[in-house]
Amino acid sequence: MNSNTKIRIIAGRMLQAIPSVFGIIVVTFLLTRALPGDPAVYFAGPAADEKSIQQIRESLGLDKSLPEQFLIYLGDLVQGDLGVSISTGFPVAEELWRRLPASLELTLLALIFSISVAIPLGIAAATRPNSWVDQLCRLIVTAGVSLPVFFTGLFMVYIFYYILGVAPSPLGRLDIIYLSPPPITNFYTIDALLAGDFEVFWAALAQLILPAITLGTFTLAPLARMTRGAMLQVLSSDFIRTARASGLTRSTVLYTYAFRNALLPILTTLGMVFSFMLGSNVLVEKVFAWPGIGSFAIEALIVSDYVAVQGFVLAMAILYVLLNLTIDILYTLIDPRVGLDG
Amino acid sequence: MNERVPVLAVDNLNVEFRTRSGVVKALENVSFHVNRGEMIGIVGESGSGKSVSALTAMGILDEAGRVTQGSINLGGLDVLNAPERDLQEMRGREVSMIFQSPRTALNPIRTVGKQIGDVLRRHGSANRQNVRAEAIKALMSVRIPDPERRHDAYPFELSGGMCQRIMIAMALSCRPELLIADEPTTGLDVTTQAAIMDLIKELAKERNMATVLITHDLGMAADYCDRIVVMHAGHVIEQAATAELFASPRHPYTAKLMKATPHGEGSLDDIESIAGGLPDLRAELPPCRFSARCERYEAACDMPALIADEVSPGHLVTCRRPL
Amino acid sequence: MNEFFKHLRYVLTENPVTLFAGTLFLIFVIFALFGPLIVPYDPLASNASQTLKPPSWDHWFGTDQLGRDVFSRVLVATRLDLAIAISAVAISFVIGSVLGSLAGFFGGWTDKLVGRLTDTIMAFPLFVLAMGIVAAMGNTVENIVYATAIINLPFYARVARTEVNVRRNADFVLAARLAGNSSLRLLATHIYPNTLPPMMVQVSLNMGWAILNAAGLSFIGLGVRPPTAEWGIMVAEGAGYIVSGEWWLALFPGAALMLAVFCFNLLGDGLRDLIDPRRRT
Repeated sequence: MNSNTKIRIIAGRMLQAIPSVFGIIVVTFLLTRALPGDPAVYFAGPAADEKSIQQIRESLGLDKSLPEQFLIYLGDLVQGDLGVSISTGFPVAEELWRRLPASLELTLLALIFSISVAIPLGIAAATRPNSWVDQLCRLIVTAGVSLPVFFTGLFMVYIFYYILGVAPSPLGRLDIIYLSPPPITNFYTIDALLAGDFEVFWAALAQLILPAITLGTFTLAPLARMTRGAMLQVLSSDFIRTARASGLTRSTVLYTYAFRNALLPILTTLGMVFSFMLGSNVLVEKVFAWPGIGSFAIEALIVSDYVAVQGFVLAMAILYVLLNLTIDILYTLIDPRVGLDG
Repeated sequence: MNERVPVLAVDNLNVEFRTRSGVVKALENVSFHVNRGEMIGIVGESGSGKSVSALTAMGILDEAGRVTQGSINLGGLDVLNAPERDLQEMRGREVSMIFQSPRTALNPIRTVGKQIGDVLRRHGSANRQNVRAEAIKALMSVRIPDPERRHDAYPFELSGGMCQRIMIAMALSCRPELLIADEPTTGLDVTTQAAIMDLIKELAKERNMATVLITHDLGMAADYCDRIVVMHAGHVIEQAATAELFASPRHPYTAKLMKATPHGEGSLDDIESIAGGLPDLRAELPPCRFSARCERYEAACDMPALIADEVSPGHLVTCRRPL
Repeated sequence: MNEFFKHLRYVLTENPVTLFAGTLFLIFVIFALFGPLIVPYDPLASNASQTLKPPSWDHWFGTDQLGRDVFSRVLVATRLDLAIAISAVAISFVIGSVLGSLAGFFGGWTDKLVGRLTDTIMAFPLFVLAMGIVAAMGNTVENIVYATAIINLPFYARVARTEVNVRRNADFVLAARLAGNSSLRLLATHIYPNTLPPMMVQVSLNMGWAILNAAGLSFIGLGVRPPTAEWGIMVAEGAGYIVSGEWWLALFPGAALMLAVFCFNLLGDGLRDLIDPRRRT
């Protein structure tokens, strides 16, 4: 197979994401416009009279037919216009964009934590079935999916902040005694490193650790379960026997032969893991007062700021589609068989 | 090396498998050997212990399997007591193995050339610079056309016969003393089967390599092997030089097996099937595990301590009432 | 059927974990049914002289910021939490299995349409979609139920579709067809009942997740309003007191929630063993 075919397949995958994105846009549009109740009344606020409601209805285009409204909505989206947040008065897109780095920094660290624990654990459990590692893995997998993420977070705070006093107070990305580092990537840890300010780096990392572990623990379970299952299956396959019969070292058999093959089913589960992660992210941000897009959505929910909430839902869904697309592309790159069997 | 010292000597080997439904006595008092340059066939129905013997000799038995007695000497190495590191050194260098269904026996997401390269580099037969050239040489040695291009192919892009050639190239790349071929032609079409077997025979002769052919096909063993070991339900019941075995089979099971095998002359009408199946290896078993299926059975067969009897030089039979 | 009960007894006795989960489930059901009758205090009655008391003999789980008994509130909340989860799962089970069966049976455009619908739902991070739905439809308990039902729909539809699809051309179906049964009748009486065992496994595995989801929504302030006793909102109310050391406000409702989810997950695993012993991991 040559690289041209790969590129064609990847382009095909990207095209396949378009219906998903379209479906997402239709759903978010319907959520704001077509459901019971008059959006104009919401947008006008509680103090509005009939006349100002009518005014808002016209300014939002709500007096037009649904297809027309959809086209207008689509046109706005193309220009990156998600409407204006009623609670903050700023464009929703701008608000989300400003808060996105905080959420991404947290989610990425959580993902790194979760992968670096779950995968070795799953491999260890699969290579020694019924050993103590396997039992531990089973326990973590069952307990992990049962723990409400907001509950784990709170008790991490209780233990590490209130009792042990080793964690900073769970209030945002950086203790107020520090100034945020000069923004380059808007990831505080990376920006602090870029600025060479290790004190701020440690402070930012200290704030990150508890929420990241909380979020990571929740996604650890499905990942460890899948790694264990996939490794068990691959390890019993014929080509592993061949590799062992050829005298390849244990590490070559385990990583170059078994793990690379197990990676394919693990990658497919990552999609579900991301879904969990983006959802739990909202809850974790609330527990740790993390100023990301999840907190923004919760604040907006409380004051019935629907434009902001729908913008948030749309942004999260698009992010999720992009993550799934990345998984698909990785899969295509790893598995030489993709695209040949149909 | 002395021609008389066997490359592989399995002596009095007993293997058990612990399963959820009881202990399976997979091998009992199994002994056989292979000399340099010799090709022996291990023949028997599936479940008779052929593959278990081979995997034990390689030291890659499943974790559920346990050797309870016996010894295996492979090119001077005491396989059952050697450290895993020495066994890894041995596999692929001193002894190699090829398997049935070659397409699944190769790593599906690694090019075949790289898989051969892994073995070459593991055993120091190649380094980073020359690994590609050496792998291509290995492909050439098994008569694969256009080896440069095949080097970069994945198993799913090749036919079953081609994959088996790749397996052979990989197995022989480090010039082992012994090749164990476990049903190497199962799942291939008939013309390819002959081509693969001819290739193995030819390469073995060229390199004066010992070969163990594991097969359920007595006819194929007869065509290619110098000597044949017949197994039934975990026992070696008869072994002899091919010509002698066919001229005068002494164990009732061997005789039945020959009648059950379609061969050169004779018609399909002459084929007889063997009554009954293999006994349940989890149960208490009589000394002769064939007794339940045997027409020559009598009470004396149930006496303990049944041992192999050398009826003529090199011809061993494990039966109280041989033909 | 006798065989089934034999196997059931075998699974329960062979696997003490499933037995434990079954017992736990019964306890939850009893609390849900009789909770308000057996609690020692009125879950809504505040008591200004008894605020924020740690667990004691009088108040096993302590009292909250208004002096309400946490034990009584946790117990009474069982009914609401289970009711939300069970109704949500019931709705997605019914709608999902019907849609999935139709898609699996008729194939063609029905299949495409249902597939498109489930794919669209699955294109969202599910909890986020639930947030969006509750926000748009209005902040009520019923809407939490609907939102949870919608995000669970695809799982049921997919299982039902696969199960019906593999049976569509089974021998017994062809026989029934030759006997002159109409398509829909065939689907309803011959194929659909066979899909129920795998669907039940899906239900119990899904129930824990539905409880977590509903509690998560009320934790961020959707659906259930104070002073109603509900585990998610109780954890949310107790969250503020964690940093000052009053751990019992959040711990007990959180633990109850965790135990309920744990119980359903274990039951699901047990049920899977019961129905499909080969898929044991």
